[in-house]
Amino acid sequence: MTPVATQTLTVHQKAVRSSVAMKVLMAVTGIFLILFLLMHAWGNLKAFFGPEAYDHYAEWLKSDILYPLIPKGWFIWIFRVFMVACIVLHMLSAYLLTVRSWGARGRYQRKDRRSQTFAARTMRWGGIILLMLLLFHLGQFTVKLFLTGFTATSTPYQAVVLTFSQWYMVILYALFVGTVCFHLRHGIWSALTTLGANTSPAARRGLNYTAIFVAALLFAGFMAMPVAVLFGGIK
Amino acid sequence: MKITLNIWRQANAKAEGHLERYQLDGVSEDMSFLETLDMLNEQLTTEDKEPVAFDQDCREGICGMCGVVINGAPHGRYSSSVPTTTCQLHMRSFADGAEITVEPWRAGGFPLIKDLVVDRSAFDRIIQAGGFISVNTGSAPEAHSVPAPKLESDRAFDNAACIGCGACVAACPNGSAMLFTAAKITHLAMLPQGQPERYSRVKSMIAQHDAEGFGGCTNIGECASVCPKEIPLESIAQLNRDLMKSLFRREGK
Ligand code: HEM
Ligand code: SF4
Ligand code: FES
Repeated sequence: MTPVATQTLTVHQKAVRSSVAMKVLMAVTGIFLILFLLMHAWGNLKAFFGPEAYDHYAEWLKSDILYPLIPKGWFIWIFRVFMVACIVLHMLSAYLLTVRSWGARGRYQRKDRRSQTFAARTMRWGGIILLMLLLFHLGQFTVKLFLTGFTATSTPYQAVVLTFSQWYMVILYALFVGTVCFHLRHGIWSALTTLGANTSPAARRGLNYTAIFVAALLFAGFMAMPVAVLFGGIK
Repeated sequence: MKITLNIWRQANAKAEGHLERYQLDGVSEDMSFLETLDMLNEQLTTEDKEPVAFDQDCREGICGMCGVVINGAPHGRYSSSVPTTTCQLHMRSFADGAEITVEPWRAGGFPLIKDLVVDRSAFDRIIQAGGFISVNTGSAPEAHSVPAPKLESDRAFDNAACIGCGACVAACPNGSAMLFTAAKITHLAMLPQGQPERYSRVKSMIAQHDAEGFGGCTNIGECASVCPKEIPLESIAQLNRDLMKSLFRREGK
């Protein structure tokens, strides 16, 4: 017999735990991550204003934001805990929905897919590759575990300039940012639709263009600085 | 026309299945796809072989019984120039000498019964969970006593066109029945009569959808591309809006 929903949870509790509610969690955490990325890309452009501006900005991030409301140096840790919570909840909902979906999908001898974009098809494996590259990225510039051409005492400005003077580091970074942007080509459309914004065929087009535009904007924003370093625009 | 059919044969849910190859001669291009299967079954019967089991009823595109996956698309959608059910797909959609692959709906929520027949009663249980309005029956009320705004009633009507065929599930890479459930939710949510139970309905129908083992929607859109009744993807966004709102309401607590 097909299972009838268990009797121990109320209908409301089942709705709170439903696949739709889980998708909403994934969408909301994903959108927080995107807002962070937009800010991060904007902040990186400080490198075009020289070492003092860039290092001062990097210093500011870790010191007196929201001071004197909270003690100096607290903001960055509150922010990090929030970001990690977003990523963990995002991956948890992605994992639970993926397991559900693998149990539910059919395996055909022959199957045409006409609507699925490349970005949509690669959300899961792409997400895992993204995670690996993200860990490397944090290990490189935040924890300074992988020293790619700089030393543990380098300033943030020196760290990026020394790293991105190496062409293969720029390529690796482009790969990382590209993976993120592909994830977002489907992710932005999908998150906004999950939250109910797909109200008409025109809205659907608009959401897809928004997704492509924001993904392209992020790619350009993140790549500007490393490319400028590589070609000597930033020294 | 001469055609070759590769049809999924499987004696029962537990048996091993495989694609079996059949040659048919003298197929008319005016025949429907089901009539072609009838012709094959007559041939198999005279050869004393087991006919191919497939579901069907109205043969006019309104009952939703007849779905199979044809050349990789539910209801052979990509062989046809218009949205169609399997029973309304005609052989003129195929070239003479064509080779056609026919498979059952495949999804966790649709266990296979035999050959091309699957058990779609999960849909009935989703409807039973809330796809109705509770009113006393009796003599019909005067039609104009409850005004239904034009735009909303049009949307209700468009979504009411869903025939529960399951093509959306068969097409979905996640095996999700979200388009079907969303069509029912949107249909009743757009009508005045649907309002009293609107938010308890969406909670209980989603709960049943998940309990039946269907997957979650990831907004890919394969479902709407094959739906014979052109239920739009926007209906799923309507369902999402109603569900999010319902989580802040007391119904079903
Ligand atoms: C910079 C980090 C990330 C951002 C900005 C991001 C953003 C998003 C957004 C906005 C969505 C759409 C949510 C929805 O469908 O409702 C999404 C979906 C998804 N994400 Fe992420 N994500 C990130 C990292 C990750 C990681 C590390 C993983 C996996 C290890 C992952 C796996 C997924 C999966 C599986 C989906 C669902 C795909 C689908 O809807 O088809 N994401 N992401
Ligand atoms: S939404 Fe379309 S494809 Fe899905 S069951 Fe209804 S009519 Fe069939
Ligand atoms: S047999 Fe009724 S819809 Fe095809």
